[in-house]
Amino acid sequence: MYTKIRTFRIAAWLGWQIESNWTDPFLFAVYSIAKPLAGAAILVVMYSIITNKAFDTPIFPYIYLGNAFYMYVGGVMTGISWAVIDDRERYKTLKYMYVAPIHMPSYLIGRGVARFIVATISVLITILFGVAFLHVKINLDAVNWGLFFVSLFVGIIMLAMMGLMLAGVTLLIAQHVWFIGDAVAGALYLFSGAIFPLDVLPKFLRPVGYFMPITYWLELLRRSLVGSVAQAFPTLAGFNNNQLMSILLGLTAVFAVLAGVIFYWCEYRARERGLIDIVTNY
Amino acid sequence: MNLAIHTQNLGRIYKIRGGKKTEPKELEALRDVDLEIPRGELFGLLGPNGAGKTTLIKILTTLLAPTSGRAWVTGFDVTKDSHKVRARINMVSGGEASGYGLLTVRENLWMFSQFYGIPSKEANRRIKQLMEVVGLGDRLNTKSSDLSTGLRQKMNIVRGFMTNPEVLFLDEPTLGLDVGASRDVRRFIRQWIDEDHFRTLLLTTHYMVEADELCDRVAIINEGRVLACDTPANLKRRLQQDAIFKMEVSPLNGLNVDSFEGLPGVRKAIHVPKDGTAELDLILEKDDALGGVVNMMTSNDVHILNLHKREPTLEDVFVDLVGRSMEEVEAGEE
Repeated sequence: MYTKIRTFRIAAWLGWQIESNWTDPFLFAVYSIAKPLAGAAILVVMYSIITNKAFDTPIFPYIYLGNAFYMYVGGVMTGISWAVIDDRERYKTLKYMYVAPIHMPSYLIGRGVARFIVATISVLITILFGVAFLHVKINLDAVNWGLFFVSLFVGIIMLAMMGLMLAGVTLLIAQHVWFIGDAVAGALYLFSGAIFPLDVLPKFLRPVGYFMPITYWLELLRRSLVGSVAQAFPTLAGFNNNQLMSILLGLTAVFAVLAGVIFYWCEYRARERGLIDIVTNY
Repeated sequence: MNLAIHTQNLGRIYKIRGGKKTEPKELEALRDVDLEIPRGELFGLLGPNGAGKTTLIKILTTLLAPTSGRAWVTGFDVTKDSHKVRARINMVSGGEASGYGLLTVRENLWMFSQFYGIPSKEANRRIKQLMEVVGLGDRLNTKSSDLSTGLRQKMNIVRGFMTNPEVLFLDEPTLGLDVGASRDVRRFIRQWIDEDHFRTLLLTTHYMVEADELCDRVAIINEGRVLACDTPANLKRRLQQDAIFKMEVSPLNGLNVDSFEGLPGVRKAIHVPKDGTAELDLILEKDDALGGVVNMMTSNDVHILNLHKREPTLEDVFVDLVGRSMEEVEAGEE
């Protein structure tokens, strides 16, 4: 256990050094603020044109909050899986990590912490911007804070497990497939109710969304912040908060087991095929 | 015997995927390697590029799975007990600029020390001490991206020694270093191993002098097979009865290696063309055989510019075992 904690702690430190030191602090701060706002602005402009500025309907906070929290999906998942390519190809240190007496999943998850922090800042800025300028109504007195923080915590664990799966797959692929993390996050965007309720999807595609823990996680976050608005959509309206939390916990456990199996299998294959220290950015 | 490294029939085959029109191929990088390296030994793997040295190191450091045979490091199986092996070893690869460029030298080294569980204060003491030894004492707060490749390599060498491993693997540690830095590193390696007889070091090199100067024992490896394994002195003693001559001559005028090797008493001839001249290394069964060589040259109007008899080197041992010089083998690989 001590090895896991030690590995996680140092990896988180390393991840933050890499994430925050690529430019000077002022530029980093500007980037951290401008990036999420630009993303939100694109969404708002598109929504505004399509709905003819219908900002007062329940669908707007649904989309806005779903989109804001979805930043965690790309941030955490890609943060963990990208560490494999970064260490193997750019810094050429992955083999030294593998030779060291560390717990590799803890290392990779630790490397993802920095992206989690950056994503948290982005989510906060996006929501504050929405509340201040775009009529996203969040009544702080009505927020179910307990549900919010528990959901957020379980969701981050779930995303870390999905990131670990991706990291395993990344061990087996070449550097030019670096976009796999973003590609997976992008694909799940459509199937997890982030930007529209699952009912909008064709019937045969809906089961994908129902199997994804992200769907339940986003629903719980919305319900904890703007309960009545979120419950206005039929997709998961039949489930109460406890049921949704149970599903989220169950699927997170399933994904955790899957993540362990997939990561260690990929690691075994990488060792068999001699891929741990391969350099593919020729 | 208390063995630090032990391998039995160790083999590794790489499967190379074919293209659209080519069949997949298999490359045998290691074949039936048997090694027994006791604790306290500085052991060298000597061979040309592509001989299988790095593959062997990768297997022993748990980075690569063997396809046949078994290997143990400090008594633990490298495939079944890889975690126990990793807690006792470290590795440095030469000729590469690895490390986190955004971190300073001290931060890079400190971070790795923490992964090995070394208390921070002790880690900083060791970092300072070792950085002084390799002549980088004043670069601790330099970002590693600002270091030259050679200096980064020195930083990596410190990373390897800093954890004070039971077994240290150095893969071509002086590759890419200048003469002075290589000498410093070699001196430090010898000093490190002499300080504690529990430490073991396996070093790969294709520099004959390095193997000869540093190693207690050397295994000569080519095409994945260990051809000989002994102390440098004993390896050279294999050729003690032979007479070894080095000649500088005018261009050979149509003569070639086969012409000389066809003469009685000539065991091996190596021809290295130079600018306007040629170098000829001859391994003869007896001094008398030199007469035939000289006669052949004279009759072909080849002039001898320089001739001297010398003691056998590990290069000669390699030539004797493989039939070609290491340069020729590497050129053949290309």
